[in-house]
Amino acid sequence: MGSPADLVLYQEEFQRLEEALKRLRQEANARAVFLIDKNGQQIAAAGDVGQFDVTSLASLTAGNVAATDGLAKLIGEREFSVLFHEGQRDHIHISIVAKRAILLVIFDERSSLGLVRLRVKRSSAEMEKIFEAMQQKSERGPGGHPPASPFAEITDEDIDALFSE
Amino acid sequence: MTFINYASKEINCKIVYYGPGLGGKTTNLQYIYSKTSPEAKGKMISLATEADRTLFFDFLPLDLGTIRGFTTRFHLYTVPGQVFYDASRKLILKGVDGVVFVADSQEERMEANIESIRNLEQNLKEHGFDLQAIPYALQFNKRDLPNAVPADEMYRILNYKREPTFEAVATTGIGVFDTLKAVAKLILIELRKK
Repeated sequence: MGSPADLVLYQEEFQRLEEALKRLRQEANARAVFLIDKNGQQIAAAGDVGQFDVTSLASLTAGNVAATDGLAKLIGEREFSVLFHEGQRDHIHISIVAKRAILLVIFDERSSLGLVRLRVKRSSAEMEKIFEAMQQKSERGPGGHPPASPFAEITDEDIDALFSE
Repeated sequence: MTFINYASKEINCKIVYYGPGLGGKTTNLQYIYSKTSPEAKGKMISLATEADRTLFFDFLPLDLGTIRGFTTRFHLYTVPGQVFYDASRKLILKGVDGVVFVADSQEERMEANIESIRNLEQNLKEHGFDLQAIPYALQFNKRDLPNAVPADEMYRILNYKREPTFEAVATTGIGVFDTLKAVAKLILIELRKK
């Protein structure tokens, strides 16, 4: 398809995103924070990540955002940029970063919605810059030329081997 | 939209099972789930109504192994087949890498199959995809039913671009993995072209 929307994540940006998430988790006093691609795939995370089924979390969050986006369009809004789900113990704050990623913050009574909102805002601006850098790299490649796909040289045998079990 | 993560050496692809209501899309995923080893799969999620009809989507993450050092992960989704859920169907096609069309072989469902393929074509277009170009496999499900239309006749009616086509009985698993493999393979071949 060669769609321009393909996302390629290199080590450098991954580390910068992870650092930003770690900082956000600390400053917002959150249990865990996740950065998720709008199609439901996890990009990076920080905090008590092991306690959650991350793959399911990512997919359902993306579904949630997609459904809410649909609702926004129905009433003539461009998007609802923040979603908040309040539970008895734990709460979820969802926001859009750089138009293409979803930032999910899980927090409990040790934090507050106000604090999370504030910190998310600041952190989002930082992450947006990282996404810009990613976008440029995806287009130009890390060395200034288009990246060679690791799949450019796969053979039919490689593909068949995946299904051989 | 394929997501290549060089940091964790992962590649994630999204496959969507499309087709008319009650055609067996969820059953395909359930069979795959039941036959995959625990370490290769994540939890299967079904957002269904109380009557067990798909409301939003089913979701099943699958690890197929590694290619050139990259973990190859497929995220399988189904759409709700019932006509009035079109808004939800559209959402799920976002970022799709490959489509499996699950057709219902029963004679009285042929109209619904045709309509659903048209709907798929239209909804893909809205996301900027072309069914003519996207990795695509066709499955004739419910071959065990007495009122199943002959396969060659179904092919004549439903074939879109000479896509790989499989006869299946999803409840017992016949044809289920063949279909999945075919579309996964097409996706990887597509990746190679990039």
